[in-house]
Amino acid sequence: MKKIKCALIGSGNIGTDLIYKIQRSEYLEPVWMVGIDPESEGLKRAQEMGLKTTAEGVDGLLPHVEEDGIQIAFDATSAYVHAENSRKLNALGVLMIDLTPAAIGPLCVPPVNLKEHTDKYEMNVNMISCAGQATIPIVKAVSQVQPVDYAEIVATLASRSIGPGTRANLDEFTYTTSNALTKVGGARRGKALAVINPAEPPMIMRNTISCLTDEMPEKQSITTSVLAMIREVQKYVPGYRLVNGPVFEDKRVTVFMEVEGLGDYLPKYAGNLDIMTAAATRTAEMFAQEMIEGTFKPQPVEVA
Amino acid sequence: MTHSMIPGDLKGRKVILHDMCLRDGMHAKREQISVEQMVKVATAMDDAGVPYLQVTHGAGLGGNSLQHGFALASNEEYIGAVSSQMKQAKVSVLLIPGLGTMDELRSAYQAGAGSVHVATHCTEADTSPQHIACARELGMDTTGFLMMAHLNDPKGLAEQGKLMESYGAQTVYITDSAGYMLPADVKARVEALRNVLKPETEIGFHGHHNLGLGIANSIAAIDAGATRIDGSVAGLGAGAGNTPLEVFAAVCERMGIETGVDVFKLTDVAEEIIVPMMDHIVRVDRESLALGYAGVYSTFLLPAKRAAERYGVPARDILVELGRKKMIGGQEDMIDDTAMTMAKERGLLKAVAS
Repeated sequence: MKKIKCALIGSGNIGTDLIYKIQRSEYLEPVWMVGIDPESEGLKRAQEMGLKTTAEGVDGLLPHVEEDGIQIAFDATSAYVHAENSRKLNALGVLMIDLTPAAIGPLCVPPVNLKEHTDKYEMNVNMISCAGQATIPIVKAVSQVQPVDYAEIVATLASRSIGPGTRANLDEFTYTTSNALTKVGGARRGKALAVINPAEPPMIMRNTISCLTDEMPEKQSITTSVLAMIREVQKYVPGYRLVNGPVFEDKRVTVFMEVEGLGDYLPKYAGNLDIMTAAATRTAEMFAQEMIEGTFKPQPVEVA
Repeated sequence: MTHSMIPGDLKGRKVILHDMCLRDGMHAKREQISVEQMVKVATAMDDAGVPYLQVTHGAGLGGNSLQHGFALASNEEYIGAVSSQMKQAKVSVLLIPGLGTMDELRSAYQAGAGSVHVATHCTEADTSPQHIACARELGMDTTGFLMMAHLNDPKGLAEQGKLMESYGAQTVYITDSAGYMLPADVKARVEALRNVLKPETEIGFHGHHNLGLGIANSIAAIDAGATRIDGSVAGLGAGAGNTPLEVFAAVCERMGIETGVDVFKLTDVAEEIIVPMMDHIVRVDRESLALGYAGVYSTFLLPAKRAAERYGVPARDILVELGRKKMIGGQEDMIDDTAMTMAKERGLLKAVAS
């Protein structure tokens, strides 16, 4: 069966993990890996896994887009360079899946709103952050039962799973995730907290999601909705698990989750990596299916 | 070196004291210190000559949350009310990247904060470059604050301090958040930092009194080259409290260490203002000792006691388990989580069927 050819931009943890996820896909095929450092482990690994590589950034990829038939690009660089990458590739008709906090395009959490984006044939969708992918489904599960005034999440990540980009830009991570708790999660206000824990052996990614409902929470409906949502996420991240809760205390609903990864590139503790790359892959697959069926033909985006 | 070369003779050393009652003390008051109380405490300390006072939510900027509790006023309201009344003292704030942001730092600066502790876990200094640079740009007295310092060895801690210095920190603090360190641990870490930092970069020590060593550890720090010490009058702080500042000032005076504070005025503040404010007597007790003994973040004390009441698992057991699982500052959500998991194991709580 025909597969949609993909380019991966950024040869760090996320880009490298994406190779594994995309190679397994029925609809996607990884063809190019773009980096900026010829000595980077990610580029070497990509070569070993049979991808074409360039260490000259996106400009090194552009001349090959047409001849290699690249239709989807995943950007795992940084918010600062994403805008340029997206502009250049969109101009060639390549759909962008944005894994940086840039959020130029609409925010996407697959079990919550992916269908809306594929229906609109967006040319750039943003995957928010690992914490966003891990927590927004739960916020949505509560807010679809009754109005949520405030959602607050605490994401704890193993130190070894956090690359230099995220470390140097923690504020962007915080702002992007907080914003998405309202825009996608459906809470009126949102706040995201991140903790980086260096314990050895590394701890599995943990997420605690708290919602304040306007009226007293409908315990049974919320519990049912949360459990159903967890099963939806488990379809693409099998290690997404409820540890404790939902706990009800006055108008507060609290859910304690953990995310174990598949152990593709980084070991299983780095569930934060997996939930991001798995969500991005699932998003790309939905678009790819429509491309293969001919219902979606990405068009070059005119540069203003 | 102008000071005496005889080990332990600290006569003539100058040390800058930094009071934590109105920040770390917020933990011991479940964040419920009013603006009026803050102004009263700060004014009295200003009058006693304390040069730096930290004023915010216990978890610092961005601290108001379900995770860390909601204070009676915003950080800006506290900072503004206190700083407008200070004759000589500088108001400082705490900023933990991942919780607080640069927007909140700018807002605190606008409200009157002149100094900041930018805090990371002792191995994660590279999460602070934006915030330290931002503080320096604002012209604030900028400290890099390495929390839970017992969890990194002297060499590793020195590397982390060097990173913070490279981002612009003017002072690097060794922060014994768990009150776990012994004087020799403190000495080794200060010496390691002193060996790698520029001569003009200061070293600070922030102690907790969970093993009753707040003062001894602070003296050990000074002996090894530290020039800034955090404490809190009457020890109002998380766990068994911070190094009791009035006691420390008295010890300094006896040793000839110059702090510039009036010891008797500070003891009046302790006796007449701080102790009457306490909800519980902040001291080494069964649970706070467990923090120091097991190496657990001092702020976990009161939430662990609440979880103990709720789930029927003793607070000491919860704290020791949190220490075993290597939970760090900011992971307060894991207190209830751990208590629930332990309660399930002990047959006290049922899991939700999925």
